[in-house]
Amino acid sequence: MIKKNSSMIQRRLIPTYIFLIIVSFISVFPLYWMISAATNTSVDVSRGRILPGGHFMENFNNLTAQQPLWRALGNSFLYAIVTTLVCLLICSIAGYGFEVYHDKWKDKLFSILLLAMMIPQVATMVPLFQMFSKARLLNCTLGFILPMISTPFMIMMFRQNARAFPIDIIEAARIDGLNEVQIFFRMFFPTMKSTYAAAAVITFMNAWNSYLWPKVIMTDNNSLTMPMLIANLITGYVTDYGMLMCGVLFCSIPTMIVFFVLQKQFAEGITGAVK
Amino acid sequence: MNSNKKGMTLVAKQKAAGWAFLTPATLMIVVMSFYPMVRAFLISLQTGAGANMRFAEPIFSNYQRMMADKVFIKSIGNTFLYLLIQVPIMLILAILLAQLLNNKDLKFKGLFRTCVFLPCATSLVSYALIFRSLFAQEGLINSILVKLHILESGYNFLGNAASAKIVIIIALVWRWTGYNMVFYLSGLQNIEYSVYEAAKIDGANGWKTFWGITVPLLKPTIIMTFIMSINGTLQLFDESVNLTKGGPANATITMSHYVYNTCFINVPNFGYASAMAFLIFIMVAVLAFINLKVGDTRD
Repeated sequence: MIKKNSSMIQRRLIPTYIFLIIVSFISVFPLYWMISAATNTSVDVSRGRILPGGHFMENFNNLTAQQPLWRALGNSFLYAIVTTLVCLLICSIAGYGFEVYHDKWKDKLFSILLLAMMIPQVATMVPLFQMFSKARLLNCTLGFILPMISTPFMIMMFRQNARAFPIDIIEAARIDGLNEVQIFFRMFFPTMKSTYAAAAVITFMNAWNSYLWPKVIMTDNNSLTMPMLIANLITGYVTDYGMLMCGVLFCSIPTMIVFFVLQKQFAEGITGAVK
Repeated sequence: MNSNKKGMTLVAKQKAAGWAFLTPATLMIVVMSFYPMVRAFLISLQTGAGANMRFAEPIFSNYQRMMADKVFIKSIGNTFLYLLIQVPIMLILAILLAQLLNNKDLKFKGLFRTCVFLPCATSLVSYALIFRSLFAQEGLINSILVKLHILESGYNFLGNAASAKIVIIIALVWRWTGYNMVFYLSGLQNIEYSVYEAAKIDGANGWKTFWGITVPLLKPTIIMTFIMSINGTLQLFDESVNLTKGGPANATITMSHYVYNTCFINVPNFGYASAMAFLIFIMVAVLAFINLKVGDTRD
């Protein structure tokens, strides 16, 4: 009886399955094609070849001959990792501070900080560019990270999650003689590992993928990032699609790995602040 | 008495610690967002370049210039076209997918979810370049259409104003649907499954439960994703720059792209660019405010 019932339910779900398979195919195919095109010559790609070929090394060699691939990869990793570390430290302390020590004034300050979410990047681009060129912060890691290390979204995420942190632990730690900074690092930090993981994934992805800001301040070819490098590949009259997709592949591998290994944390990171 | 005094200093210490904890983040936001915003407004009232910036005569001349700037008006039109067409398609598709994936009887749920979510793992520049290549005149889409004898020769999707806009919309829907679906999925998980069971017993079909239960209960999430999408669409940059390069003839250029060009590509004009950027800020703020208000009154 139950078996018959469940097979009936599955039969009724057939249209759903078909729809989901189509949507999944459309979602995955462009990425499959990117990988396969990275292994084909530009001519094959233009002829509509879908299957992987044997020209990956050729594309790769063309790419490294034309563009400073390793330098851009190194830069992107450096910028993204430093951004993530500093952002997590600053924003988690702030979120903790806003929640655990909250009073009328801090709540007001927090709602003012939230307004920064509405400020478009292009609006602050010109003043920041002027400030940073005056302070000689162009083409360096510090210049890259400064506008990214404190975001209302991250502060909000840690603030929301600090709400679940039991106040008893803080009281007990105070009686044990720990000062406020020690309580944060020894009590809060270790218990909030999953929040930190989610925040790290989302910050790393954002920093790695950022394009407008690096394009503004990285004026020197030695400090360019991966997204900038692959965007450079379409500036000529003729596009070498094999080489282009090879570059896109290198730009996507780190974020793909993060996605597959830490998908749950990624999803939590996106929705983290709005629970 | 003594212990009381000691207690006071402890409380004072805690208070000081609280403020100290939130100072670095607050300072960074003030210096990197609020102060530049004020600066941007001041710059928007100025003309000239480099060290020779001076206040314009009349003071709002940069703003007056916008009204007569055909490219800027076109960029506003393009951005709002993306907003009005792409955002509803994407959000409805995202809710629908979340609803389908929230079915207890569905198999391979995790696999489907991963597939739909996967586009979020690509950077904006990457997917813009992938779609640029797919829809190129000698790209895969054209090869398929030619092989199926739908077209005789490759169609220049990106060289034609209407089709270039459609390609951007398709690309945006591809990239962001899974992202929004994640919000709805986490929202749906907060809805008790028994609500759906009850609706089923009452004889409500899938369509009725969707509009009668899912959409109303997801309303806060929908409003939030709507605000985020508006914010994101009004700031579109990477796609316009890399997928179509704003072309053909500025037919797909977005506001942010034009502001960037005004700063760094054409003859640099920081004053005029800041004026346009400030207008974008006002648009984002007004639309977000309207959204929040609409969300409130229906409760």
